[in-house]
Amino acid sequence: MLSRTAASLYWVGRYVERAEFTARLIEATIRLDSLSPRPAGEGAWESALLVTAANHAFTLSGEERSPANVSRYLTLDHRNPSSIRACLDAARGNARAVRTALSREAWEAINRAWLGLRDRSFVSGGPGTLTLVETLKAEARGFEGAVHRMLRNEGSWFLMLGAAIERADNTARLIDVKYHLLLPEGEMVGGVIDRDQWTTILHTVSAVNAYRLLYRDGLRPAQVAEMLILRRELPRSLAASTDEVVNLLNLIGKRTGRQGEADRLARQRQNAMNRATIRNVIAGGMHEYLSAFIIENGRIDQAISQQFRFA
Amino acid sequence: MRLFIHHRTDYRYSEPQARIVQLLRLTPTSNEGQNIVDWRIDVDCNARLRGGQDGFGNETHMLYIDGPIDRLGLTVTGEVLTDDRAGMMSGAVEPLPPMLFLQTTPFTRTTPELVAVAERAKGGGGSQLSLAHRLNEAVADTIRFDEARRHGARDAASTLVEGHGVCQDVAHVLISVARAAGLPARYISGHRLTQGPGGTEQGATHAWAELYVADYGWIGFDPSCGRCPDDRYVRVAAALDFRGAAPFSGTRTGGGFEELEVGVRVGTSETVVQ
Amino acid sequence: MDTEGTFDEIRGHGTDAARPEFAALGEWIAETPASELERRQKAAEAAFRQLGITFAVYGEEEASERIIPFDIVPRIFTAPEWDRLSEGLVQRVEAINAFLADVYGARKIIADGVVPPELVLNNPQFQPALAGTQPPHGIFAHICGIDLVRTGPDEFFVLEDNARTPSGVSYMLENREAMLRLCPELFEMFPVRPVDVYPDLLHETLQSVAPRGSGLNPVCVVLTPGHFNSAFYEHSFLADQMGVELVEAADLHVDDDIVWMRTIEGPVRVDVIYRRIDDDYIDPLVFNPESVLGVPGLIAAYMAGNVTLVNAPGTGVADDKAIYSYMPEIVRYYSGSEAKLPNVETYRCREPQALRYTLDNLEKLVVKLVDGSGGYGMLVGPTASKAEIEAFRAALIAEPHRYIAQPTLALSTVPTLTESGVAPRHVDFRPFILSGGNGVQIVPGGLTRVALREGSLVVNSSQGGGTKDSMILTGPPSQSMGPGGLRQTMGGMSQSLGAGMSQTMRPLGGGLR
Repeated sequence: MLSRTAASLYWVGRYVERAEFTARLIEATIRLDSLSPRPAGEGAWESALLVTAANHAFTLSGEERSPANVSRYLTLDHRNPSSIRACLDAARGNARAVRTALSREAWEAINRAWLGLRDRSFVSGGPGTLTLVETLKAEARGFEGAVHRMLRNEGSWFLMLGAAIERADNTARLIDVKYHLLLPEGEMVGGVIDRDQWTTILHTVSAVNAYRLLYRDGLRPAQVAEMLILRRELPRSLAASTDEVVNLLNLIGKRTGRQGEADRLARQRQNAMNRATIRNVIAGGMHEYLSAFIIENGRIDQAISQQFRFA
Repeated sequence: MRLFIHHRTDYRYSEPQARIVQLLRLTPTSNEGQNIVDWRIDVDCNARLRGGQDGFGNETHMLYIDGPIDRLGLTVTGEVLTDDRAGMMSGAVEPLPPMLFLQTTPFTRTTPELVAVAERAKGGGGSQLSLAHRLNEAVADTIRFDEARRHGARDAASTLVEGHGVCQDVAHVLISVARAAGLPARYISGHRLTQGPGGTEQGATHAWAELYVADYGWIGFDPSCGRCPDDRYVRVAAALDFRGAAPFSGTRTGGGFEELEVGVRVGTSETVVQ
Repeated sequence: MDTEGTFDEIRGHGTDAARPEFAALGEWIAETPASELERRQKAAEAAFRQLGITFAVYGEEEASERIIPFDIVPRIFTAPEWDRLSEGLVQRVEAINAFLADVYGARKIIADGVVPPELVLNNPQFQPALAGTQPPHGIFAHICGIDLVRTGPDEFFVLEDNARTPSGVSYMLENREAMLRLCPELFEMFPVRPVDVYPDLLHETLQSVAPRGSGLNPVCVVLTPGHFNSAFYEHSFLADQMGVELVEAADLHVDDDIVWMRTIEGPVRVDVIYRRIDDDYIDPLVFNPESVLGVPGLIAAYMAGNVTLVNAPGTGVADDKAIYSYMPEIVRYYSGSEAKLPNVETYRCREPQALRYTLDNLEKLVVKLVDGSGGYGMLVGPTASKAEIEAFRAALIAEPHRYIAQPTLALSTVPTLTESGVAPRHVDFRPFILSGGNGVQIVPGGLTRVALREGSLVVNSSQGGGTKDSMILTGPPSQSMGPGGLRQTMGGMSQSLGAGMSQTMRPLGGGLR
């Protein structure tokens, strides 16, 4: 497979994953906003900006920090590289460049999602946004399904690899922001807002039911964190993403007969993850743990692009 | 005359290059006015050189170098026996008919001003041969020859407007006006002996033109000094213009900028190449 | 333009009834409500948009991706019509390749005074640096698109040869896919020859011209300028269908006169490049030094015989409009017999007499730039404004050698769905001819372009043209599908129940035999 094709597929995987994550985040934020009294509701949007690392850029845009503005910024703004539109533009651009490496079905899912957003300049309030998000999630699901129906070869593996790396990053950011920055001062941990916050996290990674199945004794921050970080049963957990990266690199390596730095780093991370417990993580500092994870994830991303000659 | 040539080219890159690919037109072929006794190209790093021949009959080499590389030196050394044939060219490989060399190119595109130069020369009447000489003199008189070195070339139209240029530019002007006057004309790159036996260091290779004159064939004209090439000249490559005959066409992968240093020595003593 | 006397390919000359061999189609057009045709057409176009079969219009923002309008009413050629056309096409393309091998070789045709030497030697499309290089099997133009027009039952003319990188073959294939899906009943009525073998034939052709010593499975790739190119969909489509890599310049490099591509497993040697990049951009060392689309050293690899370029560089000298006017002589010179497919009468404005005639008759003629394409730099006298005509007059006087002129032909029409129902619209036709080590092959089909504006003769997609499926029949039209039987299957099923239903109705149609 051409290195450029592999690179583009990898980025298609990343961008579609990011678009879907942003969509889920917006959906969960609207929910949180409507549940919470002001100004806590505004805090919900602020945290959404923080999770997508777009807070600073939004400040620079000079727009008023209203829910409508932030929601539009996250959904449609070209200036925001993590907005759904920007992600879909990038995903489609990459997909178009390697059209032959995608199945027709996978391409159509991306193209449809892109077409659906192409001519929209605004969204009519919360309900409009929710409809849009709903459509997008459906397309993303369609894409994921299509990827799984593609030939089991490098093509689908690079798509999944990009998605797994992106997912690890997104989930880590989500926990980091929610766990540390969002408990309003003076609020009791376990209070009403807190509970809404934690439910929001679960909504964002669509794990409300999963949590109930895995933990029978009610909503507890440490358990939410444990599930999102260490529980392999949850597909969006850091551990599950970590495993997926190792497995995909393994498959690609078997096919090409080459292994390298990316394999080594990914396995190292998997070993560390195997040894970790949520107690150690919290004792060592959740923020420190997640920051280190995000950096390590970036290093694996770099190693992948070198190993497969993306540049 | 026995001429010795030493032509050194040094590239320095501000950043290491991942790959260098160059097309070289550095190797002359023998004809009745020049007999190549010895000729070689040396590259100062691991490189692959592949010889070939282009459609004009020029000897070419492709140079391939893998990076990372931050400097590259190429040395051409040669020994040639020359005869003064007053510019008359014969005995060279001529795969293309003269008419081809009426074709205009971006470097030799005519303008009304260039056509006017051609028309004035044509106005003198007489044979094609005298027309060719008049064109060469007209260009030599109109365009001041810059000794200063410069790499690359300019098109005929802008050189005429500016009134001066290096040898490549002046050659383009002569080619352009000759074609406008109906004479096939081509660009020649090569070497020229300028000073005594040891030669002096020149900052660039030389360039001139050949015009096709009925009943005589191809004749060389050097408009940068207004005369015909003699036994002090070594003819290396011919084409429609600079682009097709330039000693180097190169690309590199790796960004940054390059510094280029060229040193050419042409002499009558073997010390030139030692 | 006056459509009086225009030949309609389905209805013949000015009658309401269809030509007997196409009676079934005439019935189909008459019986299928326009609203149903429109529904199917919309469905096809929606599918094209979803597939991303788009093109960029030059001069508009990159973002403006459009689809070429698709017309649901097909065009049909009978088997004898197609056989005659094929013979003419094979003869013409063989002559084009013989001409190219000659002008880049011994130049006998010039020495024999058949073609004026300056038209070759001073042609900007002639690449002197490549003279003397002969590609494998002496084939230069492996893929030709010959543009044909028709004025009567047996009157076909070549309007233009495309021997560089002709495009449009993806429309031939996708239009057929759409018709099979949306109008399956037509394929019951008519025995249509399939076109979907094209990618296989193309792949065979590419492999057949691989350099010697490249083994049993030569590595072929499609080289595209990138996804901003207007024909990118086609590039990716063909690579996909052939199962070969679609590469950009940055994926390739040349080392030691050998072409390599960068893959996740390391460099892989490339034997054949189907390049969809113009000559001027393929190698910055030899052609445009500013080009970033090209591969440095590619021409050296080509001249060394280590890679085959499809089409070979320098083929533009054969499809130049100035050379076009000599094609009858060129065909005669190489084939020894008269051209089976005639040219449209052409005035070479470089010749004083022709120029005078052209200037005197501008309002009746089509004037074209010798080196223009895509409908740009073209004057259609009968529909042009006074100002346009005067602008061309000035241009012609200034540079007559850059122009040719042709009479406006009464181009044939084919029934086409318009805003006011089905009406005749002018068409042309571009079949695709493959030349390889195994000879010349033509897929029974092609690209029919239709001028959607009433009376318009300009079919270029950049100027508001659309496309149709072009069906080539295997034998005489099936008698069993007479109007009677047809009416019953068509009567209400497909319009009210949709295409899926009409498929299940097919056995019924068969039962009426």
